[in-house]
Amino acid sequence: MIYRAVRARRHCLALLVVLLAACSRPGEEAPVPVPQAVAVGGASGTELAARQILRAANGAEPETLDPHRATGVTASNILRDVFEGLVTEAADGSLIPGAAESWTVSDDGRTYNFTLRANGRWSNGDPVTAEDFASGLRRSADPKTLSEYSAILYPIDNADAVVNGRLPPDKLGVRAIDDRTLEIRLHSATPYFVGLLTHSSTYAVHRPSLQKFGSKFARAGNLVGNGAFRLDAWVVQSHILLTRNPYYWDNVHTTLNEVWYFPVESAEAELNRYRAGEFDLTYTLPNRQIPWLRKNLARELRIAPYLGSYVYGFNTSRPPFKDNIPLRKALAMALDRDVIVTKVGGAGEIAAYGWVPPVTGYQGQSPAWAAWTQEQRNVEARRQYALAGYSSEKPLRLELFYNTESNHRRLAVAMAAMWRDVLGVETEILSQEWQVFLQTRRARIDTQLFRFGWVGDYDDPFTFAEILQTTHGMNDMAYSNPRYDALVERASREGDAAARMAMLEEAERIMLDDMPVLPIYFYVTKRVIKPWVAGYEDNILDHHNSRFVRILRH
Amino acid sequence: MLRLILRRLLESIPTLLILIAVTFFMMRMAPGGPFDTEKRLAPEIEANLRAAYHLDEPLYQQFGRYLWNLARGDFGPSFQYRDRTVTELIASGFPVSLQLGGLAMLIAVLAGVSLGSLAALRQNKPADYGTMAMAMTGISVPNFVVGPLLVLVFAVYLGWLPAGGLGEGSAAAGGWRNLVLPVFTLALTQVAYIARLTRGSMIEVLRSNFIRTARAQGLSTGTILLRHALKPALIPVISYVGPATAGLITGSVVIETIFDLPGLGRYFVTGALNRDYTLVLWIVVFYGALIILCNFLVDLIYGWLDPRSRE
Repeated sequence: MIYRAVRARRHCLALLVVLLAACSRPGEEAPVPVPQAVAVGGASGTELAARQILRAANGAEPETLDPHRATGVTASNILRDVFEGLVTEAADGSLIPGAAESWTVSDDGRTYNFTLRANGRWSNGDPVTAEDFASGLRRSADPKTLSEYSAILYPIDNADAVVNGRLPPDKLGVRAIDDRTLEIRLHSATPYFVGLLTHSSTYAVHRPSLQKFGSKFARAGNLVGNGAFRLDAWVVQSHILLTRNPYYWDNVHTTLNEVWYFPVESAEAELNRYRAGEFDLTYTLPNRQIPWLRKNLARELRIAPYLGSYVYGFNTSRPPFKDNIPLRKALAMALDRDVIVTKVGGAGEIAAYGWVPPVTGYQGQSPAWAAWTQEQRNVEARRQYALAGYSSEKPLRLELFYNTESNHRRLAVAMAAMWRDVLGVETEILSQEWQVFLQTRRARIDTQLFRFGWVGDYDDPFTFAEILQTTHGMNDMAYSNPRYDALVERASREGDAAARMAMLEEAERIMLDDMPVLPIYFYVTKRVIKPWVAGYEDNILDHHNSRFVRILRH
Repeated sequence: MLRLILRRLLESIPTLLILIAVTFFMMRMAPGGPFDTEKRLAPEIEANLRAAYHLDEPLYQQFGRYLWNLARGDFGPSFQYRDRTVTELIASGFPVSLQLGGLAMLIAVLAGVSLGSLAALRQNKPADYGTMAMAMTGISVPNFVVGPLLVLVFAVYLGWLPAGGLGEGSAAAGGWRNLVLPVFTLALTQVAYIARLTRGSMIEVLRSNFIRTARAQGLSTGTILLRHALKPALIPVISYVGPATAGLITGSVVIETIFDLPGLGRYFVTGALNRDYTLVLWIVVFYGALIILCNFLVDLIYGWLDPRSRE
């Protein structure tokens, strides 16, 4: 009875708090004390829960679970559990053997020989063979498969010609020497090649089920994978349920029995469901809630560097930025990135002065002015602005394009304000819906300055460096510097890792001196995770295998 | 009766055809296509994709192909969910929206008509002012404010009800508890509209001669209201409820996003953003057909409510 009275009072209090919170400004919502249950993980801190189930919010609904046709991050998250590449990733993101137990590389770095595990099994019990991988790669490169990611296979011999339909798929440089030995030939040494083999475009397919079900082979009930989990149920826009694959070679070390992925489009909705105890981890967080989370759920908040770069691109093929490096530099210098990351972003983004984010083994580059104070930068920015031929009497009138989204808008407004204050630039801010924006940007006709974000496909600077090559399809900046192109080209053929990194670093220095992009910040991953989820480590690619995750007693 | 139905059915065909044509060409006029992604495709792959979905044909030919397939009941593959047909997607989304919208409308009609009648009977008295103040609040506070607030109170702080989804992965899968908050939020605005409509028309009916006659005969207020006043007073309400029902059961984007429900509304918006031509077209046509159907039902109910409108 007393208990009930206390409870009722607490509910009234909670209601009052909510009503008060509704009156206060966002981000200042008052905290509600959450009663602490038993110590997580029991007395030892590592005791496991009886129910080993992970419930993860997973962003947009995956377009398909066909590993060779999937493109989005959310599909890859699920495929990583259902399939296993030749190489896979540990919880910390480092590369470890996957379906292949070992491999050798020839002296010229162009031929890889993979030895598959003797106990590798598909989820229906069939053995995983080298031919499964060879035909998987051929299918992935085959233009008939309609893969949108097959360009990632280009390091493989003839892949370019196969993808573009000039050669048949069987001419691809892959070969099953015997059941357990797979040979992959590259057209030139590619130091990051092993990392590519974690990508779903390189996964094997179970040929009998593909033949039997055709385009429906990636459905629940049909899909046969070689990963630690199998696809048990898939209800579009509702959930995807994975259950333990008893045939998986390392099944004894898998702890989870079920993994639930929920497609949630709204970051607010997923945070609410997380707080109501319906999810164990979120996919992302609404930026506006992060100050509140820092105050009230600091123990569950995880913010970590991510392999992504948020920049603005200058269209260097048209005025006012054509052949006008001082103007590009003036705009870049006049932005106070510390204010941007703390006041506008607010999720702990890393202020950026270069293009390549913190990639393993790469020395990030930045111009000399990155070390100055903002006052010094502003002085220099004004000097460059005058050099470019502008002044307070003749100010720059600028059009800035971004894709419609509230966080991008806030940043664009802040940038325009900084430029107005420091240089007197008059900026017109224009937004377009994503698909339209992509076309506008690509056409290079209407744009002057436009938002450009890039998330790397693999942990290597090349995934960033290649974009600014003159002929690259994504070079919406129309940047062209023969010295840059030559260095990146040489780096793509260089076998020695240190020499290669040095070339890419030099290339970035040259590029930053021309400033075709305006660096703003490096992305971070942001999410909340319940304290009982163990074995989930932050890593730069944000790749997580559920087979390493455990649910602690709570 | 049969002739009436048949006539209305035939009449609706040109309407739907125009709707299909307008939607089809408007979708195609929107810049950007289903295969425009940030990571650009090799031209050959893009060409293959466009050929596989017949996007390489002239527009009139695509339109002809679409109509021909439609006539055979084939709504085509989804551009966004690559392995699924539009029909499959609708089959999984529509039941959710139907349940949600249907329940909300049912509650809204019951509550709205009762509150509106009450307000009319107690015209210019505290009960009237109270009800109408509530109705005004219901109309003016948008559901994207009410929804999250309810989630915060009843799911996050009190923990009485789920915050979203349909209970997948929990013991309560498919249970009523997941529907309480979304149905309530969705019904709220409708209750308000219906209450105001009912009040207005009820006041008018209560002033008419036949009600005065009934009063003079000494009938009780309850009998007058239920037997005599309600039917004529419902006519404007019905003409609102018909099309509104079509809107509700084809999915509310806002509610489905706030409560994370797998209904048609979310398909429609993500479909439009991703240029999923076939999916969007289907939903528009479906919505149009439902409005036609609801309007037809409204006409039938008119006939029952008001003998004068019968042919």
